[in-house]
Formats: sequence, C-alpha cells, structure tokens
Amino acid sequence: MAVEFEPIVGRYATLTLSGRKCRIYIEEAGRGIPLLCLHTAGSDGRQYRHLMTDPAVTDNFRVIAFDLPWHGKSNPPVGFHDEEYRLTTATYTEAILAVAEALDLDRPALIGCSMGGRIVLHLAAHHADRFRALIGVECADHQTSWYDTTWLNRPDVHGGEICAAMVSGLVAPQSPEEFRWETLWGYMQSGPGVFKGDLYFYREDSDFRDRTPLIDTARCPIYLLTGEYDYSCTPEDTERTAAGIPGAEAVIMKEQGHFPMSENPARFREYILPVLDRIRSTA
Amino acid sequence: MTGEEVAAVLARLPELVNARAPLVNRGRFFSGEFLVEADAVPIHVKVQEGRIAAVETGPFRMRAWRFAVRAEAQAWGRFWERMPEPGYHDVIAMCRLGVARLEGDLQPLMANLRYVKEVLEAPRGTVGGR
Repeated sequence: MAVEFEPIVGRYATLTLSGRKCRIYIEEAGRGIPLLCLHTAGSDGRQYRHLMTDPAVTDNFRVIAFDLPWHGKSNPPVGFHDEEYRLTTATYTEAILAVAEALDLDRPALIGCSMGGRIVLHLAAHHADRFRALIGVECADHQTSWYDTTWLNRPDVHGGEICAAMVSGLVAPQSPEEFRWETLWGYMQSGPGVFKGDLYFYREDSDFRDRTPLIDTARCPIYLLTGEYDYSCTPEDTERTAAGIPGAEAVIMKEQGHFPMSENPARFREYILPVLDRIRSTA
Repeated sequence: MTGEEVAAVLARLPELVNARAPLVNRGRFFSGEFLVEADAVPIHVKVQEGRIAAVETGPFRMRAWRFAVRAEAQAWGRFWERMPEPGYHDVIAMCRLGVARLEGDLQPLMANLRYVKEVLEAPRGTVGGR
C-alpha cells in the first residue's frame, strides 16, 4: 500500500544572525500569498502543521514556518554550551526579517502566536512596509508576570516536565486530547532554558504599550485572535491592546486556549479562514 | 461549595487516585505531605510513592507539610465542574485569577507539578452533577 505523504517539505539554511551563523529549519506547504508563521515560546514550528495540510489554506497561501535558533530542528549557535539563551526584541525581529529575506518573500502575511503575537505589534509599528497583513494570536502589548520563570530551568526540577505542566492549563478543556498532548509534547521536547530564555523577551523586553500608538493599520492591517481560556494573554489583555490601535480588530475565540492552531485546529479554522479570506481580498 | 464540602470531596482522593495506575506511576518518585486549604478549612494529604496514603481534615496542631495550595472554597467547587469556566479550569489559572495561591517549599510541587495537578483534578466531573 502506498504511503500518503503530507505536502509539508522542510529545508535547512544557514543564516547570519547577530553576526553568528545559525542553521535554521524552515518548512512550507502550499502556493500563493506567503504566510510566515511564528511559533510560541519554548516550542517550534510544528504547531502550524494543520494550517499546512489544510487545502482551504494552502490553495491560496504559501505557508512557511521556521524554528527560531535553539528551537525544534534549528541548532543553537556554536558556543551555546557556555551561554544562557535570551531572546530579545532586537534578535527576534532580526531572525524574522532574515528568514523573509532569505526566502525572497514579497510582503508576506505573518501570523504569530503568544510571543509571536507580541512581536507582531513591534513589526506593525516599525516594519509595516515589509508585510501585507499581520495576525496576532494570543497577542497583547504587555503582560504582568504571573510566575517565577526560574522554575523552568534548574537541576532539581525536570525541564521538559515543568515546562509542559506549567502551560498545560493554557490548553482549553474542550480541546481534543490528541492535540492537547501533541501541543504539550512540543514543550516537553524544548531544550534546557529555551522556554525561560524566550520568556525573557516576553516578560522583560517587550512592553510595547509605547508602540501601539505608532501602528497605522491603513499601511498594514492587523488582526487579533485570542482564546477565552488563555490566562496568560487574557481576552481582556487583547481587547485593551486592540482598543489602543485604531482599525485593529480583536476576536475572542470560544473554547480555545493559548495554542489554537495546534490545540484545536478544527475550531481554529473557523476563526482563521475568514481572516485569510480578507487578506486575499485585499492582495 | 463550603470548606467542609471541599474536605468531603478530597476525602475521596485515595479511591480516585490509587486506582489510576498511570497517575500513581507518574508520582512514584514523590513521597511527602501537602496541604489543601478551602477558605479556612485545612486538608492534609499524605502521598507515598504516588499513592494517596491519607487525607485528613483539620484543624491541626503543629502538622507539617511541604507546600500548600490554598483557594476559596467556591473556587474549588467551580474547579471540579465537568467543564469549568475560564480561569477555574486549572490550579495555575486560579492563581493567576487571584482565587488560589501556592505557598511553602515549592520545589517538590514544581518537580511533580503534573502529578499534583492531576491529583487535584481527579474529582472533576464527580461533584454536584455539573
């Protein structure tokens, strides 16, 4: 019996980021408008596999997901063993723009979740000309700290177990068991200190309340989607953020948590397909 | 739900947890004592290699425990509903919401967080018919 392969194809490229060579994993499926996908903190691009295998998306969009350095199948840079990883607004932005440039993408649409949703606001404020539309999933302009991230990387607590256990409640109770655990598996697999290092960006280096007034949605439309069960980026956080950006739209997704594209893909497409249709109609 | 009703629910933890082999297996490296509090009612839970060895309701005199999970009694009731509302669906979520808090030596809790969360969730859907 012939095996049916998924349409997703992956490649590696070595990019120079902050003056250092980084071997980056990039996968994609579909054709049409480029849609660059940003994974959450402490996970990787596999979170977008459902968008990449949905013909309703891939018939019109070239869906591209990459793993940030240190994540998924992307290596940490040479010398990582003597470093503490920390993502910053500057290094995150550099990586996103470098991948878009390496693939020669013409004003891609971009979707980012959680910290990927946060950076959407920075991109909208400072790099709007590089994108045709921005989608912030679980997106807010800042977040008050709600736990001590040092628990995520210390020798007397298993890193993979604690990262998954700390975020498990961010998956909505209605999400299918299969996808709940696949989402958490991404956290269980994360390298030591990587989730914590991402949260440096998310908690310490990305208070974007000063940036939202700079966003001009006439130059680049922005769509915000947040799950009702997300207690990290709460619906109130997203609604407050949207209220500060004239022309931004916020939709609160029922029965969704912090990882809608991977925790409940069937439900997510009800919300994302109309957004993608609107992006197509203005292409 | 009152504190006493929460204590009655937690008294069933030995039957709810010890019959679930995968859950007991997850906790096999955890032996220790923790406190659950519902309003002012303290409930002491003793774990032995992942099995619930004892559940006792206070008040106590000089009872030792490593960590405590304290919440409003009404919050525990909402937490155990079959399909809890946002914010009441997870212990960490309840902390974020401000209706629960974690205290004491958190290392054994963090080292066994999935196990402890699943122990506390064990009565879900078995309380009050919701």
